[in-house]
Amino acid sequence: MTAAPASVRRWTRFTPAERVARSMLYVVAAAAVVWSLKAVEIIPEFLYDAPEQTADLFKRMWPFDWGFYPKGVHDVLIETFHIATLGTILAILLAVPLSFLAARNFTRNPLLNFVAQFVFVSSRSVNSLIWALLFVAIFGPGALAGVLSIAFRSIGFVGKLFGEALEEAQRGPIEALTAVGAPRITILGKGYWPQVEPAFWSVALLRWDINIRESAVLGLVGAGGIGVALDAALNNLYWDQVGLILAVIFAVVIATEIVTSAIRSRIL
Amino acid sequence: MTAAAGRAVLSIRNLRKEYRAGQPVLKDISLEIDGSGLTAIIGPSGTGKSTLIRCINRLVDPTAGEILFEGGDLARLSGGALRQARRRIGMVFQEYNLVERLSVIENVLSGRLGYLAPWRAFLRRFPDEDVARAFDLIEAVGLEESFATRRADALSGGQRQRVGIARALMQAPALILADEPTSSLDPKTSVEIMELLSEMSARRSIPTLVNIHNVGLARRYAGRIIGMTGGAVVYDGPPAGLSDADLKTIYGGEDFL
Repeated sequence: MTAAPASVRRWTRFTPAERVARSMLYVVAAAAVVWSLKAVEIIPEFLYDAPEQTADLFKRMWPFDWGFYPKGVHDVLIETFHIATLGTILAILLAVPLSFLAARNFTRNPLLNFVAQFVFVSSRSVNSLIWALLFVAIFGPGALAGVLSIAFRSIGFVGKLFGEALEEAQRGPIEALTAVGAPRITILGKGYWPQVEPAFWSVALLRWDINIRESAVLGLVGAGGIGVALDAALNNLYWDQVGLILAVIFAVVIATEIVTSAIRSRIL
Repeated sequence: MTAAAGRAVLSIRNLRKEYRAGQPVLKDISLEIDGSGLTAIIGPSGTGKSTLIRCINRLVDPTAGEILFEGGDLARLSGGALRQARRRIGMVFQEYNLVERLSVIENVLSGRLGYLAPWRAFLRRFPDEDVARAFDLIEAVGLEESFATRRADALSGGQRQRVGIARALMQAPALILADEPTSSLDPKTSVEIMELLSEMSARRSIPTLVNIHNVGLARRYAGRIIGMTGGAVVYDGPPAGLSDADLKTIYGGEDFL
Protein backbone atom coordinates (compact mmCIF):
# COMPACT_ATOMS: atom_id res chain seq x y z
CA MET A 1 0.00 0.00 0.00
CA THR A 2 1.22 3.47 -0.81
CA ALA A 3 0.95 6.43 1.48
CA ALA A 4 -2.39 8.22 1.75
CA PRO A 5 -2.80 10.95 -0.89
CA ALA A 6 -1.95 14.43 0.25
CA SER A 7 -5.47 15.74 -0.20
CA VAL A 8 -8.69 13.75 -0.27
CA ARG A 9 -10.95 14.82 -3.08
CA ARG A 10 -14.53 14.97 -1.97
CA TRP A 11 -17.74 15.03 -3.92
CA THR A 12 -21.13 16.02 -2.57
CA ARG A 13 -24.36 16.13 -4.50
CA PHE A 14 -25.50 19.48 -3.10
CA THR A 15 -23.69 22.66 -2.13
CA PRO A 16 -24.14 23.77 1.53
CA ALA A 17 -26.56 26.49 0.41
CA GLU A 18 -28.63 23.90 -1.47
CA ARG A 19 -28.68 21.65 1.60
CA VAL A 20 -29.97 24.47 3.82
CA ALA A 21 -32.64 25.32 1.25
CA ARG A 22 -33.75 21.69 1.06
CA SER A 23 -34.06 21.31 4.85
CA MET A 24 -36.09 24.53 4.98
CA LEU A 25 -38.40 23.09 2.33
CA TYR A 26 -39.04 19.99 4.49
CA VAL A 27 -39.87 22.20 7.51
CA VAL A 28 -42.25 24.31 5.43
CA ALA A 29 -43.96 21.18 4.05
CA ALA A 30 -44.46 19.75 7.56
CA ALA A 31 -45.83 23.06 8.82
CA ALA A 32 -48.26 23.21 5.89
CA VAL A 33 -49.62 19.73 6.71
CA VAL A 34 -50.16 20.61 10.38
CA TRP A 35 -51.77 23.90 9.50
CA SER A 36 -54.21 22.37 7.01
CA LEU A 37 -55.16 19.59 9.46
CA LYS A 38 -56.08 22.27 11.99
CA ALA A 39 -57.91 24.35 9.39
CA VAL A 40 -60.29 21.61 8.19
CA GLU A 41 -61.63 21.15 11.75
CA ILE A 42 -62.29 17.45 11.73
CA ILE A 43 -64.97 16.62 14.28
CA PRO A 44 -63.78 13.44 16.02
CA GLU A 45 -67.30 12.22 16.84
CA PHE A 46 -68.26 12.19 13.16
CA LEU A 47 -65.05 10.38 12.29
CA TYR A 48 -65.63 7.64 14.92
CA ASP A 49 -69.06 6.60 13.69
CA ALA A 50 -68.16 6.87 9.97
CA PRO A 51 -67.83 3.08 9.51
CA GLU A 52 -71.26 2.63 11.12
CA GLN A 53 -72.83 5.28 8.90
CA THR A 54 -71.26 3.72 5.80
CA ALA A 55 -72.57 0.28 6.70
CA ASP A 56 -76.00 1.77 7.33
CA LEU A 57 -75.97 3.51 3.93
CA PHE A 58 -75.10 0.29 2.11
CA LYS A 59 -77.83 -1.58 4.02
CA ARG A 60 -80.40 0.93 2.84
CA MET A 61 -79.13 0.66 -0.76
CA TRP A 62 -79.24 -3.12 -0.93
CA PRO A 63 -81.19 -4.79 -2.45
CA PHE A 64 -81.31 -2.43 -5.43
CA ASP A 65 -84.66 -1.38 -6.81
CA TRP A 66 -84.13 -3.29 -10.11
CA GLY A 67 -87.64 -2.45 -11.27
CA PHE A 68 -86.62 1.20 -11.41
CA TYR A 69 -84.14 0.56 -14.27
CA PRO A 70 -86.60 0.38 -17.20
CA LYS A 71 -88.79 3.12 -15.71
CA GLY A 72 -86.31 5.75 -14.65
CA VAL A 73 -82.70 4.84 -15.56
CA HIS A 74 -82.47 3.40 -19.06
CA ASP A 75 -83.51 6.50 -21.00
CA VAL A 76 -81.32 8.89 -19.03
CA LEU A 77 -78.40 6.48 -19.35
CA ILE A 78 -78.71 6.61 -23.14
CA GLU A 79 -79.01 10.39 -22.89
CA THR A 80 -75.74 10.42 -20.93
CA PHE A 81 -74.03 8.58 -23.81
CA HIS A 82 -75.45 11.07 -26.28
CA ILE A 83 -74.27 14.04 -24.23
CA ALA A 84 -70.76 12.60 -23.89
CA THR A 85 -70.46 11.64 -27.55
CA LEU A 86 -71.90 14.80 -29.05
CA GLY A 87 -69.91 16.92 -26.61
CA THR A 88 -66.68 15.14 -27.57
CA ILE A 89 -67.31 15.50 -31.30
CA LEU A 90 -68.14 19.19 -30.93
CA ALA A 91 -65.01 19.69 -28.82
CA ILE A 92 -62.82 17.98 -31.44
CA LEU A 93 -64.27 20.10 -34.25
CA LEU A 94 -63.50 23.26 -32.31
CA ALA A 95 -60.18 22.15 -30.82
CA VAL A 96 -58.34 20.69 -33.83
CA PRO A 97 -58.09 23.91 -35.88
CA LEU A 98 -57.00 25.71 -32.71
CA SER A 99 -54.29 23.07 -32.10
CA PHE A 100 -52.73 23.90 -35.44
CA LEU A 101 -52.68 27.54 -34.41
CA ALA A 102 -51.20 26.61 -31.04
CA ALA A 103 -48.42 24.38 -32.45
CA ARG A 104 -45.37 26.59 -32.69
CA ASN A 105 -43.77 24.52 -35.45
CA PHE A 106 -46.82 24.85 -37.72
CA THR A 107 -47.89 28.41 -36.91
CA ARG A 108 -44.90 30.69 -36.54
CA ASN A 109 -46.83 33.58 -35.08
CA PRO A 110 -46.47 34.06 -31.32
CA LEU A 111 -49.71 36.04 -31.11
CA LEU A 112 -51.79 33.28 -32.73
CA ASN A 113 -50.00 30.67 -30.57
CA PHE A 114 -50.91 32.72 -27.51
CA VAL A 115 -54.55 33.20 -28.49
CA ALA A 116 -55.00 29.44 -29.02
CA GLN A 117 -53.22 28.59 -25.76
CA PHE A 118 -55.38 31.15 -23.97
CA VAL A 119 -58.56 29.51 -25.24
CA PHE A 120 -57.27 26.11 -24.06
CA VAL A 121 -56.36 27.38 -20.61
CA SER A 122 -59.69 29.14 -20.13
CA SER A 123 -61.54 26.02 -21.22
CA ARG A 124 -59.61 23.76 -18.88
CA SER A 125 -59.61 26.05 -15.88
CA VAL A 126 -63.40 25.80 -15.58
CA ASN A 127 -64.83 22.50 -14.34
CA SER A 128 -67.58 20.99 -16.49
CA LEU A 129 -70.05 21.36 -13.60
CA ILE A 130 -69.37 25.11 -13.60
CA TRP A 131 -69.74 25.24 -17.38
CA ALA A 132 -73.03 23.34 -16.89
CA LEU A 133 -74.31 25.88 -14.35
CA LEU A 134 -73.54 28.58 -16.89
CA PHE A 135 -75.24 26.85 -19.83
CA VAL A 136 -78.27 25.80 -17.76
CA ALA A 137 -78.70 29.47 -16.93
CA ILE A 138 -78.49 30.39 -20.63
CA PHE A 139 -80.33 27.53 -22.38
CA GLY A 140 -82.39 26.19 -19.49
CA PRO A 141 -82.06 22.71 -18.01
CA GLY A 142 -81.64 19.73 -20.32
CA ALA A 143 -79.24 17.82 -22.55
CA LEU A 144 -78.24 20.81 -24.71
CA ALA A 145 -76.62 22.51 -21.72
CA GLY A 146 -74.90 19.20 -20.96
CA VAL A 147 -73.50 18.80 -24.48
CA LEU A 148 -72.16 22.34 -24.51
CA SER A 149 -70.57 22.11 -21.08
CA ILE A 150 -68.87 18.83 -22.00
CA ALA A 151 -67.66 20.38 -25.25
CA PHE A 152 -66.35 23.55 -23.67
CA ARG A 153 -64.49 21.69 -20.96
CA SER A 154 -62.97 19.29 -23.51
CA ILE A 155 -61.68 21.89 -25.98
CA GLY A 156 -58.74 22.69 -23.74
CA PHE A 157 -57.93 19.06 -23.05
CA VAL A 158 -58.08 17.89 -26.68
CA GLY A 159 -56.46 21.06 -28.00
CA LYS A 160 -53.55 21.02 -25.58
CA LEU A 161 -52.71 17.35 -26.02
CA PHE A 162 -53.19 17.31 -29.80
CA GLY A 163 -51.23 20.55 -30.13
CA GLU A 164 -48.36 19.01 -28.19
CA ALA A 165 -48.46 15.94 -30.45
CA LEU A 166 -48.21 18.27 -33.46
CA GLU A 167 -45.19 20.00 -31.94
CA GLU A 168 -43.50 16.63 -31.52
CA ALA A 169 -43.96 15.74 -35.20
CA GLN A 170 -40.65 15.01 -36.90
CA ARG A 171 -39.20 17.90 -38.85
CA GLY A 172 -37.65 15.72 -41.58
CA PRO A 173 -40.74 14.58 -43.51
CA ILE A 174 -42.16 18.12 -43.32
CA GLU A 175 -38.93 19.42 -44.81
CA ALA A 176 -39.08 16.79 -47.55
CA LEU A 177 -42.62 17.78 -48.56
CA THR A 178 -41.64 21.45 -48.49
CA ALA A 179 -38.76 20.63 -50.84
CA VAL A 180 -41.17 18.84 -53.17
CA GLY A 181 -43.09 22.10 -53.55
CA ALA A 182 -46.28 20.95 -51.82
CA PRO A 183 -48.66 23.69 -50.66
CA ARG A 184 -49.03 24.19 -46.91
CA ILE A 185 -52.45 22.58 -46.69
CA THR A 186 -51.06 19.44 -48.37
CA ILE A 187 -48.08 19.40 -46.02
CA LEU A 188 -50.61 19.50 -43.17
CA GLY A 189 -52.54 16.56 -44.58
CA LYS A 190 -49.66 14.44 -45.85
CA GLY A 191 -46.78 15.40 -43.57
CA TYR A 192 -48.27 16.24 -40.17
CA TRP A 193 -51.48 14.21 -40.13
CA PRO A 194 -49.95 10.74 -40.75
CA GLN A 195 -47.51 11.44 -37.92
CA VAL A 196 -50.09 12.61 -35.37
CA GLU A 197 -52.98 10.33 -36.35
CA PRO A 198 -52.41 7.77 -33.55
CA ALA A 199 -52.13 10.60 -31.00
CA PHE A 200 -55.35 12.11 -32.33
CA TRP A 201 -57.41 8.96 -31.90
CA SER A 202 -55.80 8.28 -28.56
CA VAL A 203 -56.71 11.74 -27.25
CA ALA A 204 -60.22 11.61 -28.72
CA LEU A 205 -60.98 8.22 -27.15
CA LEU A 206 -59.50 9.19 -23.81
CA ARG A 207 -61.61 12.34 -23.72
CA TRP A 208 -64.76 10.41 -24.72
CA ASP A 209 -64.04 8.01 -21.87
CA ILE A 210 -63.64 10.89 -19.39
CA ASN A 211 -66.74 12.64 -20.76
CA ILE A 212 -68.93 9.61 -20.10
CA ARG A 213 -67.95 9.87 -16.45
CA GLU A 214 -68.37 13.63 -16.37
CA SER A 215 -71.74 13.66 -18.10
CA ALA A 216 -73.00 11.23 -15.45
CA VAL A 217 -72.84 13.97 -12.82
CA LEU A 218 -73.97 16.92 -14.97
CA GLY A 219 -77.58 16.09 -14.05
CA LEU A 220 -76.88 17.22 -10.50
CA VAL A 221 -77.06 20.79 -11.80
CA GLY A 222 -79.85 20.03 -14.27
CA ALA A 223 -77.85 19.54 -17.44
CA GLY A 224 -79.44 16.22 -18.40
CA GLY A 225 -78.31 12.64 -18.24
CA ILE A 226 -78.32 9.98 -15.55
CA GLY A 227 -77.34 12.58 -12.93
CA VAL A 228 -80.88 13.95 -13.04
CA ALA A 229 -82.22 10.57 -11.88
CA LEU A 230 -79.48 10.34 -9.24
CA ASP A 231 -80.31 13.82 -7.95
CA ALA A 232 -84.03 12.98 -7.70
CA ALA A 233 -83.36 9.68 -5.90
CA LEU A 234 -81.00 11.38 -3.44
CA ASN A 235 -83.50 14.13 -2.69
CA ASN A 236 -86.27 11.59 -2.10
CA LEU A 237 -83.96 9.43 0.04
CA TYR A 238 -84.76 6.41 -2.18
CA TRP A 239 -81.50 4.73 -1.32
CA ASP A 240 -82.28 1.54 -3.21
CA GLN A 241 -82.60 3.64 -6.38
CA VAL A 242 -79.43 5.58 -5.55
CA GLY A 243 -77.61 2.26 -5.19
CA LEU A 244 -78.88 1.03 -8.54
CA ILE A 245 -77.88 4.23 -10.35
CA LEU A 246 -74.39 4.21 -8.81
CA ALA A 247 -73.97 0.57 -9.83
CA VAL A 248 -75.10 1.37 -13.38
CA ILE A 249 -72.66 4.30 -13.63
CA PHE A 250 -69.89 2.06 -12.31
CA ALA A 251 -70.69 -0.66 -14.86
CA VAL A 252 -70.81 1.83 -17.72
CA VAL A 253 -67.48 3.39 -16.77
CA ILE A 254 -65.84 -0.04 -16.62
CA ALA A 255 -67.38 -0.99 -19.96
CA THR A 256 -66.20 2.17 -21.76
CA GLU A 257 -62.76 1.73 -20.24
CA ILE A 258 -62.56 -1.78 -21.69
CA VAL A 259 -63.86 -0.67 -25.08
CA THR A 260 -61.57 2.35 -25.42
CA SER A 261 -58.44 0.52 -24.33
CA ALA A 262 -59.22 -2.28 -26.77
CA ILE A 263 -59.61 0.21 -29.63
CA ARG A 264 -56.49 2.11 -28.58
CA SER A 265 -54.31 -0.98 -28.52
CA ARG A 266 -55.39 -1.65 -32.10
CA ILE A 267 -54.79 1.76 -33.63
CA LEU A 268 -51.44 2.51 -32.01
CA MET B 1 -17.14 31.50 -66.92
CA THR B 2 -20.09 33.67 -67.83
CA ALA B 3 -19.90 32.27 -71.34
CA ALA B 4 -21.08 28.92 -70.00
CA ALA B 5 -23.96 30.57 -68.18
CA GLY B 6 -26.22 29.98 -71.18
CA ARG B 7 -26.29 26.23 -70.75
CA ALA B 8 -25.82 26.10 -67.00
CA VAL B 9 -28.80 24.53 -65.23
CA LEU B 10 -27.94 26.39 -62.07
CA SER B 11 -25.87 29.52 -61.60
CA ILE B 12 -25.01 30.61 -58.11
CA ARG B 13 -23.62 34.12 -57.89
CA ASN B 14 -22.05 35.67 -54.81
CA LEU B 15 -24.18 33.58 -52.49
CA ARG B 16 -23.85 34.68 -48.90
CA LYS B 17 -25.51 33.26 -45.81
CA GLU B 18 -25.23 34.62 -42.31
CA TYR B 19 -27.14 32.84 -39.53
CA ARG B 20 -25.81 35.57 -37.24
CA ALA B 21 -25.11 38.99 -38.67
CA GLY B 22 -21.45 39.49 -39.50
CA GLN B 23 -20.59 35.78 -39.28
CA PRO B 24 -21.00 34.41 -42.81
CA VAL B 25 -21.30 30.63 -43.16
CA LEU B 26 -21.14 30.99 -46.94
CA LYS B 27 -18.76 33.65 -48.16
CA ASP B 28 -19.90 34.92 -51.55
CA ILE B 29 -19.91 31.60 -53.35
CA SER B 30 -20.21 31.48 -57.14
CA LEU B 31 -20.80 28.20 -58.97
CA GLU B 32 -22.16 26.97 -62.27
CA ILE B 33 -23.77 23.56 -62.47
CA ASP B 34 -24.22 22.50 -66.06
CA GLY B 35 -25.41 19.67 -68.25
CA SER B 36 -25.70 16.40 -66.41
CA GLY B 37 -23.60 14.19 -64.22
CA LEU B 38 -22.79 14.10 -60.58
CA THR B 39 -21.02 16.90 -58.75
CA ALA B 40 -19.71 16.17 -55.27
CA ILE B 41 -19.19 18.81 -52.62
CA ILE B 42 -16.61 17.81 -50.04
CA GLY B 43 -15.32 19.61 -47.01
CA PRO B 44 -15.09 19.39 -43.23
CA SER B 45 -18.21 19.43 -41.00
CA GLY B 46 -19.61 22.87 -40.35
CA THR B 47 -18.15 24.40 -43.46
CA GLY B 48 -21.49 25.26 -45.03
CA LYS B 49 -22.00 22.37 -47.48
CA SER B 50 -25.48 21.65 -46.16
CA THR B 51 -26.32 25.33 -45.99
CA LEU B 52 -25.27 25.75 -49.62
CA ILE B 53 -27.49 22.90 -50.80
CA ARG B 54 -30.40 24.06 -48.67
CA CYS B 55 -30.12 27.61 -49.97
CA ILE B 56 -30.68 26.31 -53.49
CA ASN B 57 -34.21 25.04 -52.77
CA ARG B 58 -34.71 27.61 -50.05
CA LEU B 59 -35.07 25.31 -47.07
CA VAL B 60 -32.60 27.93 -45.84
CA ASP B 61 -32.99 31.56 -46.90
CA PRO B 62 -29.77 33.10 -48.23
CA THR B 63 -28.68 36.50 -46.97
CA ALA B 64 -27.44 37.80 -50.32
CA GLY B 65 -26.61 36.65 -53.83
CA GLU B 66 -28.40 35.11 -56.78
CA ILE B 67 -29.40 31.53 -57.55
CA LEU B 68 -30.44 31.44 -61.19
CA PHE B 69 -32.50 28.41 -62.18
CA GLU B 70 -34.86 28.02 -65.15
CA GLY B 71 -35.05 31.72 -65.82
CA GLY B 72 -35.72 32.89 -62.29
CA ASP B 73 -33.74 33.88 -59.23
CA LEU B 74 -34.51 31.29 -56.53
CA ALA B 75 -33.11 33.61 -53.90
CA ARG B 76 -35.87 36.09 -54.56
CA LEU B 77 -38.89 33.83 -55.12
CA SER B 78 -41.64 33.41 -52.59
CA GLY B 79 -45.10 31.86 -52.19
CA GLY B 80 -46.50 30.07 -55.24
CA ALA B 81 -43.55 30.91 -57.50
CA LEU B 82 -41.14 29.36 -55.01
CA ARG B 83 -43.28 26.21 -54.75
CA GLN B 84 -43.34 25.89 -58.54
CA ALA B 85 -39.55 26.17 -58.67
CA ARG B 86 -39.19 23.60 -55.87
CA ARG B 87 -41.23 21.09 -57.88
CA ARG B 88 -38.38 21.10 -60.41
CA ILE B 89 -35.70 20.33 -57.80
CA GLY B 90 -35.57 16.89 -56.20
CA MET B 91 -33.97 16.42 -52.81
CA VAL B 92 -32.46 13.39 -51.08
CA PHE B 93 -31.78 13.63 -47.35
CA GLN B 94 -29.31 12.10 -44.92
CA GLU B 95 -32.10 10.80 -42.68
CA TYR B 96 -34.26 9.85 -45.72
CA ASN B 97 -37.13 11.99 -44.32
CA LEU B 98 -39.85 9.58 -45.39
CA VAL B 99 -43.29 9.77 -43.80
CA GLU B 100 -42.80 6.66 -41.67
CA ARG B 101 -46.40 5.63 -41.24
CA LEU B 102 -47.22 5.77 -44.94
CA SER B 103 -46.54 3.02 -47.46
CA VAL B 104 -43.57 3.04 -49.81
CA ILE B 105 -45.68 3.87 -52.85
CA GLU B 106 -47.34 6.77 -51.09
CA ASN B 107 -43.94 8.13 -50.13
CA VAL B 108 -42.84 7.87 -53.75
CA LEU B 109 -46.08 9.51 -54.92
CA SER B 110 -45.35 12.35 -52.46
CA GLY B 111 -42.96 13.57 -55.14
CA ARG B 112 -46.04 14.76 -57.03
CA LEU B 113 -47.64 16.67 -54.16
CA GLY B 114 -46.52 19.94 -55.69
CA TYR B 115 -48.70 19.19 -58.73
CA LEU B 116 -51.69 17.61 -57.04
CA ALA B 117 -54.74 19.48 -55.73
CA PRO B 118 -54.79 19.18 -51.92
CA TRP B 119 -58.18 17.40 -51.85
CA ARG B 120 -56.84 14.77 -54.23
CA ALA B 121 -53.83 14.28 -51.96
CA PHE B 122 -56.09 13.86 -48.89
CA LEU B 123 -58.32 11.32 -50.65
CA ARG B 124 -55.28 9.56 -52.16
CA ARG B 125 -56.69 10.14 -55.64
CA PHE B 126 -53.42 10.07 -57.53
CA PRO B 127 -53.64 10.12 -61.36
CA ASP B 128 -53.20 6.67 -62.92
CA GLU B 129 -50.09 7.69 -64.84
CA ASP B 130 -48.45 8.89 -61.62
CA VAL B 131 -49.19 5.57 -59.91
CA ALA B 132 -47.79 3.66 -62.89
CA ARG B 133 -44.66 5.80 -62.86
CA ALA B 134 -44.27 5.32 -59.11
CA PHE B 135 -44.30 1.54 -59.58
CA ASP B 136 -41.71 1.87 -62.36
CA LEU B 137 -39.49 3.99 -60.14
CA ILE B 138 -39.72 1.59 -57.21
CA GLU B 139 -38.31 -1.05 -59.53
CA ALA B 140 -35.82 1.34 -61.09
CA VAL B 141 -34.23 2.12 -57.71
CA GLY B 142 -33.83 -1.60 -57.06
CA LEU B 143 -36.79 -2.50 -54.87
CA GLU B 144 -39.20 -5.30 -55.62
CA GLU B 145 -42.78 -4.43 -56.44
CA SER B 146 -43.93 -6.11 -53.23
CA PHE B 147 -42.25 -3.27 -51.29
CA ALA B 148 -44.83 -0.81 -52.63
CA THR B 149 -47.41 -1.59 -49.97
CA ARG B 150 -44.98 -1.99 -47.07
CA ARG B 151 -44.85 0.80 -44.53
CA ALA B 152 -41.74 2.97 -44.76
CA ASP B 153 -40.79 2.27 -41.14
CA ALA B 154 -40.50 -1.44 -41.93
CA LEU B 155 -37.56 -0.82 -44.29
CA SER B 156 -33.81 -0.83 -43.68
CA GLY B 157 -31.73 2.33 -44.06
CA GLY B 158 -30.54 1.48 -47.56
CA GLN B 159 -34.05 0.60 -48.70
CA ARG B 160 -35.42 3.83 -47.25
CA GLN B 161 -32.82 5.85 -49.09
CA ARG B 162 -33.85 4.10 -52.32
CA VAL B 163 -37.42 5.23 -51.63
CA GLY B 164 -36.07 8.74 -50.97
CA ILE B 165 -34.36 8.71 -54.36
CA ALA B 166 -37.50 7.40 -56.05
CA ARG B 167 -39.49 10.24 -54.46
CA ALA B 168 -37.00 12.77 -55.84
CA LEU B 169 -37.14 11.19 -59.32
CA MET B 170 -40.95 11.17 -59.15
CA GLN B 171 -40.80 14.94 -59.37
CA ALA B 172 -39.21 14.58 -62.84
CA PRO B 173 -36.78 17.23 -61.66
CA ALA B 174 -34.31 19.34 -63.62
CA LEU B 175 -31.85 19.08 -60.73
CA ILE B 176 -31.32 16.76 -57.77
CA LEU B 177 -29.80 17.86 -54.48
CA ALA B 178 -28.51 15.17 -52.13
CA ASP B 179 -27.56 16.25 -48.63
CA GLU B 180 -25.16 13.62 -47.28
CA PRO B 181 -27.21 10.75 -48.70
CA THR B 182 -24.81 8.09 -47.43
CA SER B 183 -23.83 9.39 -43.99
CA SER B 184 -26.33 7.19 -42.15
CA LEU B 185 -25.48 4.06 -44.12
CA ASP B 186 -22.89 1.29 -43.86
CA PRO B 187 -19.95 1.31 -46.35
CA LYS B 188 -21.43 -1.31 -48.69
CA THR B 189 -24.85 0.33 -48.81
CA SER B 190 -23.20 3.73 -49.27
CA VAL B 191 -21.52 2.48 -52.43
CA GLU B 192 -24.83 1.10 -53.71
CA ILE B 193 -26.62 4.38 -53.08
CA MET B 194 -23.90 6.43 -54.80
CA GLU B 195 -23.96 3.97 -57.69
CA LEU B 196 -27.72 4.45 -57.97
CA LEU B 197 -27.50 8.26 -57.77
CA SER B 198 -24.82 8.47 -60.47
CA GLU B 199 -26.62 5.96 -62.69
CA MET B 200 -29.93 7.83 -62.43
CA SER B 201 -28.18 11.13 -63.00
CA ALA B 202 -26.49 9.85 -66.14
CA ARG B 203 -29.37 7.83 -67.58
CA ARG B 204 -32.00 10.50 -67.02
CA SER B 205 -29.64 13.45 -67.65
CA ILE B 206 -30.42 15.06 -64.34
CA PRO B 207 -27.52 17.03 -62.92
CA THR B 208 -27.03 15.96 -59.30
CA LEU B 209 -25.33 17.89 -56.54
CA VAL B 210 -24.17 15.67 -53.67
CA ASN B 211 -22.75 16.65 -50.28
CA ILE B 212 -20.52 13.87 -49.15
CA HIS B 213 -18.00 13.18 -46.41
CA ASN B 214 -16.41 10.19 -48.05
CA VAL B 215 -13.68 11.46 -50.38
CA GLY B 216 -13.17 7.99 -51.86
CA LEU B 217 -16.80 7.77 -52.95
CA ALA B 218 -16.70 11.32 -54.25
CA ARG B 219 -13.67 10.54 -56.44
CA ARG B 220 -15.22 7.33 -57.67
CA TYR B 221 -18.64 8.60 -58.69
CA ALA B 222 -18.40 12.33 -59.29
CA GLY B 223 -17.41 13.90 -62.59
CA ARG B 224 -16.56 17.09 -60.76
CA ILE B 225 -15.50 17.81 -57.22
CA ILE B 226 -16.04 21.03 -55.34
CA GLY B 227 -13.91 21.35 -52.21
CA MET B 228 -15.14 23.76 -49.57
CA THR B 229 -13.54 25.03 -46.44
CA GLY B 230 -14.57 27.84 -44.13
CA GLY B 231 -17.54 28.78 -46.30
CA ALA B 232 -15.58 29.22 -49.51
CA VAL B 233 -14.77 27.05 -52.53
CA VAL B 234 -11.08 26.11 -52.56
CA TYR B 235 -11.11 23.38 -55.21
CA ASP B 236 -13.29 23.01 -58.26
CA GLY B 237 -12.31 20.48 -60.87
CA PRO B 238 -12.20 16.85 -61.97
CA PRO B 239 -11.53 14.09 -59.40
CA ALA B 240 -8.23 13.27 -61.09
CA GLY B 241 -6.92 16.73 -60.36
CA LEU B 242 -7.66 16.49 -56.63
CA SER B 243 -4.22 16.20 -55.02
CA ASP B 244 -3.17 15.52 -51.47
CA ALA B 245 -2.19 19.18 -51.24
CA ASP B 246 -5.76 20.12 -52.19
CA LEU B 247 -7.19 17.78 -49.55
CA LYS B 248 -4.84 19.33 -47.04
CA THR B 249 -6.20 22.76 -47.91
CA ILE B 250 -9.80 21.51 -47.71
CA TYR B 251 -9.65 19.56 -44.46
CA GLY B 252 -6.59 21.07 -42.76
CA GLY B 253 -3.78 18.90 -41.45
CA GLU B 254 -2.64 15.70 -43.13
CA ASP B 255 -3.01 12.93 -40.54
CA PHE B 256 -6.05 11.56 -42.36
CA LEU B 257 -4.25 11.08 -45.66
